[in-house]
Amino acid sequence: MYSFEPNEEQKMLIDAVSRYAENDLRASAEEAEEGKKFPDGLIEKGWEMGILQASIPEVYGGFGEYSSVTGVLAAEELAYGDLAGAMAVMTPNLFVLPILLAGSEEQKMEFIPPVIEMEWKAFTAALIEPSFDFDATDLKTTATVEGDDYLLSGHKTYVPYAAEAEAMIVYANVDGLTQGFIVPAESDGLVVGEERNKLMSLNALPFYDVRLNDVRVPKANRLEGDFEAALAASRVALAALAVGVAKASLDYAIEYAKEREVFGVKVAQKQAIAFMLAEMAMEIEASRMLTWEAAWKLDNDKDDAFKAAYLAATGAIDMVMMVTDRGVQVLGGHGYIREHPVERWMRNGRGFATFTGLAIV
Amino acid sequence: MTIEFETPKPIVQQQYVLKTVADNMMRPHSRYFDENEQEIPWDYITFMHQAMKASGAGSLAPKEKKKEDPGKPKHPPISYQLLAHMMEIISWGDVGMYLVTPGGGLGAAAVQAAGSDEQKKKFLARFMGDKPTFAAMCMTEAGAGSDTSAIRSTAVLDKQTNEWVLNGEKIFVTAGDKSLTQYEQSGKGFVVIWASIDPEAGRAGMRSFVVEAGTPGIKVSKKEHKMGIRASDTVSIVMQDCRVPFENILGNPTVEKTTKGFKGAMATFDATRPLVAATGIGVARAALEFVQEKLTEEGIEIRYGLPRNKLTTIERDIIDMEVMIRSTWLMILKAVWMADNRKPNALESSMSKVKAGDVVTRVTQKAVEIMGPLGYSREFLLEKWFRDAKITDIYEGTGQINRLVVARNLLGYRGSQLR
Repeated sequence: MYSFEPNEEQKMLIDAVSRYAENDLRASAEEAEEGKKFPDGLIEKGWEMGILQASIPEVYGGFGEYSSVTGVLAAEELAYGDLAGAMAVMTPNLFVLPILLAGSEEQKMEFIPPVIEMEWKAFTAALIEPSFDFDATDLKTTATVEGDDYLLSGHKTYVPYAAEAEAMIVYANVDGLTQGFIVPAESDGLVVGEERNKLMSLNALPFYDVRLNDVRVPKANRLEGDFEAALAASRVALAALAVGVAKASLDYAIEYAKEREVFGVKVAQKQAIAFMLAEMAMEIEASRMLTWEAAWKLDNDKDDAFKAAYLAATGAIDMVMMVTDRGVQVLGGHGYIREHPVERWMRNGRGFATFTGLAIV
Repeated sequence: MTIEFETPKPIVQQQYVLKTVADNMMRPHSRYFDENEQEIPWDYITFMHQAMKASGAGSLAPKEKKKEDPGKPKHPPISYQLLAHMMEIISWGDVGMYLVTPGGGLGAAAVQAAGSDEQKKKFLARFMGDKPTFAAMCMTEAGAGSDTSAIRSTAVLDKQTNEWVLNGEKIFVTAGDKSLTQYEQSGKGFVVIWASIDPEAGRAGMRSFVVEAGTPGIKVSKKEHKMGIRASDTVSIVMQDCRVPFENILGNPTVEKTTKGFKGAMATFDATRPLVAATGIGVARAALEFVQEKLTEEGIEIRYGLPRNKLTTIERDIIDMEVMIRSTWLMILKAVWMADNRKPNALESSMSKVKAGDVVTRVTQKAVEIMGPLGYSREFLLEKWFRDAKITDIYEGTGQINRLVVARNLLGYRGSQLR
């Protein structure tokens, strides 16, 4: 069957998340971006809604069942509030979900419960590397066997909350294959950069470089499952976040265009503007549908699920840039002024081409 | 309810059968009927008529209500979803031939939407008769395209005989010839004429009338020569004092100060736009698959999963085409799913049509470009699909008029607020 309506549980979750996104994330987004810091308690409050906890089975300390569809629904709502805040709330996902998707039973029992049973704490992951041709499936960071251990060596960047993280998943190249390793923060040779990464947006969310100088991790800490599964889960998450950001920009542009007078009418009454808005809405819907279907395919182990996730992310990257650019354009000069959030969403928008692995549901 | 993307079994079975039809009854004849524009693919028409009659599929005639078996689990309604899938795959076969599929098309849809039970019985039963039968919708005039309020055709009631007297000229009537001309292979068809019963009243005076084949005073005056969809006839129709019985008017015969009747016609489009969008996606998929086959023959593999900046141009193009086609198809499915579940879908329906019009033109244009000399050659069907594709962005409301509809829905504007 086809159906495009979330179930009752999902509707309740969407409702709760959208209230938090609007009243908390959106309300403090500008201040957070400008001050490069989230207000105290903001991220913790998002974490306490239990979005991640609800997608973890009871045996690992959660109270639900993993569902990619539910994950993308929540992610869109969070990003509608604020992308940086959404990614911060979801940062522990970067540690927990790859273990759930690609870890062994022992790893799941050992590493998942402490994260999700606690208050929000920095658990993170290091995937991106600082080169223009970064490719998650062809990493420069290496893992080589030495006795019962692996030695990790390489340079990572865009690692959220690395400075305060208790542990992280580090992705490395093992004979041409990307594999995750659970690495405690205090490991010898793991060096977090002293200064935060300086990015075009997401300024409230602290990102760091991480250098791995022959970091020794036991073999037992390697996630031996399929990295592609985690990558696909990350792709649908990013696609959903992109849809959320784009929707925020569209809604703001609509509201503005219906208020702003020009030549005696509202600017939204001009086809040049109305058609832009119509096209933004269509592209958002197209991306959302692709994302939902990919998530559903992941949940149902469909043969082409990974490809669907890749296509959804690819489509969303173009969509969010196009939509957020137009969001600024509809406001004209005002769109370029930081008093309006559309320019921030446009800066967010360009990031999706780079954010591989920075979110996962 | 929950979010789901599993194709229902009846649709899977239908698609299996229709794929065979497309492969055997359509593709092998595509080129011939493209190059011989005035010929009619009777083999396909007769076959489809028999098949549809046997299965009851696509029938618009009112069905006898089946007694409900309380013990049987209820299946969710999927009839629009079935139709969308059917139209997609038949258009994947050949969209020109799809347009000559008998069964009444838009003409019958108009009767279905606005007719009384008696009218439905009288006019729709013929589509299940012995011979394939056609009906057409006549709205467009030389001076009235998307702006249907500019329609100049008139219908005047002759109170002496209780007949409507129609005058005017309609253009771009799809299947108008097969609906009005009696061929030995076809049954007696009809056309639905949009005309004004009160030119002072504007849209409020607009009504539709059923005119049966053989009625004196109506005739086909011109057959168009088109860029594509050549297997389908597109004609002009002239009415000169064409008289039809009073009861052939669809909807209320008196003029009230509302545009309800007109809105009824527009509501028909909410149901049909995603279906037209589906035909476009069928063509787009045909073009994409052709390119993929040729690339595979050349040993070129698309490396899904790579970052954008590591892909070749062709890989990027193919991936973009897949994204466009699949996302648009899902928008169509959502629109017809809403129709099946009686949810208002004016926005979704128009969005899917705009998007499909854009996507099928871009995909076929890109496909011809990628294939170079193979793409431009009439040795293959790709160039034909490029020509066929463009109509998707024009009929059933151009991409521009549908953008207006989308924008009005999005902004909550009436027509007067966003012209």
